[in-house]
Amino acid sequence: MNTHVSLILKLIAVIAIACVPLSGESFYVELVAKMLLMAIFAMSLDLLVGFTGLVSFGHAAYFGIAAYSVALFSANFGQMSLWVLLPAAILLSALAALVIGFFAIRTKGIYFIMVTLAFAQMAYFVFHDTPVGGGSDGMFLDARPSTAIGSWVPFDLDNELHMFYFALAMMLLVYAFLQRVLQSPFGRVLMGIKSNEHRMQSLGYYTFGYKLAAFSLAGGLGGVAGFLYAVLFGYVTPELLSWHESGNVLLMVILGGMGSLVGAVMGAFVFEAMREFFADITKYWQLLMGSVIVALVLFMPGGLTAIPGRIKRALQGGAAK
Amino acid sequence: MNATTRAPEVLLEARKLTRRFGGLVANQDIDVTLERGMIHVLLGPNGAGKSTCINMLSGDLPPSEGEIRYLGQDITRLTAAQRSQVGIGRSYQRTNIFPQFTVLENVRLAAQSRRQQPWRIFSKAMEAKWALEKAHACIEEAGLGKRTDWVSGVLSHGEQRQLEIAMVLATDAQVLLLDEPLAGMGSEESANMVQVLKRLRQTRGILLVEHDMDAVFAVADRITVMVNGQLLECGPPAQIKASVAVQQAYLGTEDSLHV
Repeated sequence: MNTHVSLILKLIAVIAIACVPLSGESFYVELVAKMLLMAIFAMSLDLLVGFTGLVSFGHAAYFGIAAYSVALFSANFGQMSLWVLLPAAILLSALAALVIGFFAIRTKGIYFIMVTLAFAQMAYFVFHDTPVGGGSDGMFLDARPSTAIGSWVPFDLDNELHMFYFALAMMLLVYAFLQRVLQSPFGRVLMGIKSNEHRMQSLGYYTFGYKLAAFSLAGGLGGVAGFLYAVLFGYVTPELLSWHESGNVLLMVILGGMGSLVGAVMGAFVFEAMREFFADITKYWQLLMGSVIVALVLFMPGGLTAIPGRIKRALQGGAAK
Repeated sequence: MNATTRAPEVLLEARKLTRRFGGLVANQDIDVTLERGMIHVLLGPNGAGKSTCINMLSGDLPPSEGEIRYLGQDITRLTAAQRSQVGIGRSYQRTNIFPQFTVLENVRLAAQSRRQQPWRIFSKAMEAKWALEKAHACIEEAGLGKRTDWVSGVLSHGEQRQLEIAMVLATDAQVLLLDEPLAGMGSEESANMVQVLKRLRQTRGILLVEHDMDAVFAVADRITVMVNGQLLECGPPAQIKASVAVQQAYLGTEDSLHV
């Protein structure tokens, strides 16, 4: 697509999202805020799946670890500063990913999928079966982090609107960050690894280190999403780390089109919208949702981002005849 | 050229390389020496162990026994990536490129491998002028200048082989290990490649696995003949051509030499 057209479309989308609070409906504000943080989550996974070729099936672990660190820090130290808590949560997620990745990245293909899943399940059981984080009930957040810098309070996370725009700003920030990373020599190496890792090694790249760095970075960014989740909803449960969530975020990436940041964002929005829509019309919504996703994946290889190209080709094909 | 007056510089030296796959001895006690300014051809029928040999030299396959030295240093235990970093580049028998990327990006990635700065995640890859210039120069040197912006997956087979050469060049390799660079090429493409190889030889050492007899005798300075994983004979082309042992063991009859 023409870069100007795509830029304008993106801008329109951002403005449309920014206008959601005008509806005055708390329900929509919270829903779209959730979509925004899920978009961050999906983009972080896309860095692995779509750009590095690492299909992680345990990405919810990093989301959950950051979410739990928000709850646990607040429970132990009272209300904390956003400017301390956010970096701490990101760091912990990235660190967990670094340790897990150190072992997981030695495996390939189906084994990598299984090992990442196994580690995530271990993290899940730590929170589910031990008293660390309130067991299977999870825990409530005592207080949302404070944004005060000295005596200046730029915004208030207890305020629904402020929270919404904070999530939007974080989503844009993560998008811009990843966009930049992908254009860097580092990002090009990741894409080379996805295309042909063996060739990258024979060109003199130590691909293990690059993959581990990507894995850790993706974990940290997944942590941003988990942080926002905990602050938005005010509670955390072990289910945040369960393999269902790892599967959901993988579906978002596939739905949007792997290897496209915009695709990951779109996948997250469409997925969450469908979840709401189907849950609204029937209690068997998961059945319906599953069928729709199977149909989408079958009939739309390449995901949502591939649609404009397919329409264009169809039109050109028609015109040529 | 005063190259003849200088003692030849030994780039790569392998001694008693042996590789076993279970009970099968794919390579036994193979000695290979490669000097700068020389094209050394590995010759032998299918299954003779040529690819195994080149895989051990490039680090894709660890040898069971034996020793490999590069400029006098023991590199036997280095990984493929480490050997690339010291100056050994290779191309593969089956084309091995990044098919979704442009020719330029393939070669630029190869150039970038010489100055990796993974922590600079906010710099733009396409703004690193040195890598771009290097890539353009290597693409020219391999004779692919007209294809710079093409997606490499759609190039002809011969052009993809040239691209592999350009990628190896971009890594500043002093030793080029080329596994059948002429395989599947038409006669014109093949002749072009021979010219490229001759040009590259001037400043580097090239080890070649090749079946095309005309090309082999057109470019080889030294030929090593392998049969059944063993070294049969090693010497200048004239010696190999005249060798009775080579004719009997490898070619069966004199006719099939095509020379």
